[in-house]
Amino acid sequence: MADKHLSTQFDSELSAVSTRVMEMGGMVESQIRTAVYALSQFNEEAADQVIETEARVNLMEVDIDRELSSIIARRQPTARDLRLLVAISKTTANLERAGDEAEKIARMVKSIISSGAARNLPASELRTEADLASGLLRKALDGLARLDVNVAVSILKEDDLIDREFDGFVRKLITYMMEDPRTISPSLDLLFVAKAIERIGDHAKNIAEFIIYVVKGADVRHSSMETIESVVK
Amino acid sequence: MGTLTAQDERSKISVRNLNFYYGRFHALKGVNLDIPEKKVTAFIGPSGCGKSTLLRTFNRMYELYPDQRAEGEIVLDGENLLASKKDVALIRARVGMVFQKPTPFPMSIYDNIAFGVRLFENLSATDMDERVEWALRKAALWGEVKDKLSQSGAGLSGGQQQRLCIARGIAIKPEVLLLDEPCSALDPISTGKIEELIAELKADYTVVIVTHNMQQAARVSDYTAYMYLGDLVEVGQTEQLFFKPRRKETEDYITGRFG
Repeated sequence: MADKHLSTQFDSELSAVSTRVMEMGGMVESQIRTAVYALSQFNEEAADQVIETEARVNLMEVDIDRELSSIIARRQPTARDLRLLVAISKTTANLERAGDEAEKIARMVKSIISSGAARNLPASELRTEADLASGLLRKALDGLARLDVNVAVSILKEDDLIDREFDGFVRKLITYMMEDPRTISPSLDLLFVAKAIERIGDHAKNIAEFIIYVVKGADVRHSSMETIESVVK
Repeated sequence: MGTLTAQDERSKISVRNLNFYYGRFHALKGVNLDIPEKKVTAFIGPSGCGKSTLLRTFNRMYELYPDQRAEGEIVLDGENLLASKKDVALIRARVGMVFQKPTPFPMSIYDNIAFGVRLFENLSATDMDERVEWALRKAALWGEVKDKLSQSGAGLSGGQQQRLCIARGIAIKPEVLLLDEPCSALDPISTGKIEELIAELKADYTVVIVTHNMQQAARVSDYTAYMYLGDLVEVGQTEQLFFKPRRKETEDYITGRFG
């Protein structure tokens, strides 16, 4: 927010809550990174770490929501202040759910490890999808911090890549399951992992849409790419 | 700049290229605006921006003072009020006004209402009783004063006095009601009652309100106009103006970045 309010207190409240969202985003990002690491190495310790962080992320969401309610109650924000606060509220909800997906991945990793089938599965092939998704989330948070609609648009375009990776991976899993029915149960776990990664990409995409909402005042959810580009132009 | 773009609304008052001067001071600069019929339109802006001045041109209230003049057109249902040769009292009967401070006449509650009506209509006692009750009911005051109609209007609370003034304003059945900061001297409960009343009045009247309280404009109006230094900066549907104003000047003002 470049120019300042008459009330410096209002400015510091807004910047404090924005900083908190970035902090929360950082926590979720590292959660995802650790989950992906746990998956690629089948490392149980890393998986446990992801699960532990989850509680802190949840608390942070509750905290930020309380700060938001307090600002709304006392400042009656309008225009871009209002849009920013609405977007922050939606963003924290999406971050919290992205964190849930990371936790899901960690639980699946533990389940695959205990099944003993880890070595026979194409887990490392999820790496591309996972890197895409966590990169997208980082980019979304960066775009939100700078309120950059161009970043938002590029995220919306890249989300398709993740969806395509997901479809490709599912086809590969099916081959494994057909070749060796003993891999069916761990393969299903891996399918949930792939789905969780894909969902993280969706959350990043939602955050990108909120950036456009803040800056342009247009709700572009469920809109075509052409509509979005014409809004942003 | 900024003629209202309400698609389906019928315009009750059309302001065309209105300039207003206090002596040499140019207080309104080429204002163009349409006030939609049976809607609430709010004027907001910092002190001295011309919002009250604009409101007062709608019933030529400025004519009470020497040195003040308006140029341009204010068209009420096809008739340019500024060029009208009609008695200004007839214009004010069509365009009523309520002021910032409650101004009850020094007479009974009943006569406060009946006084204006007698100037324009010759009603029988029963009809007058009915009119007084109707106006007080419309203004949501009847229940509080029906047993003390012969007592002085000055004995009422501030909020009741202001509702009495609104009742007095609507008793002569105007078409437009101008409210100049009607709640600035009132507590939140009385303000809430007046706001409720405004919402009900728009079923029958075109209401224009000047307010310093932006949240009030946001709550009660259908359209909001932002003015600054005699210019009409932006007009739009209230929801749109408070959510995503078109102009940066408007946004800076409504978000409190003005200074």
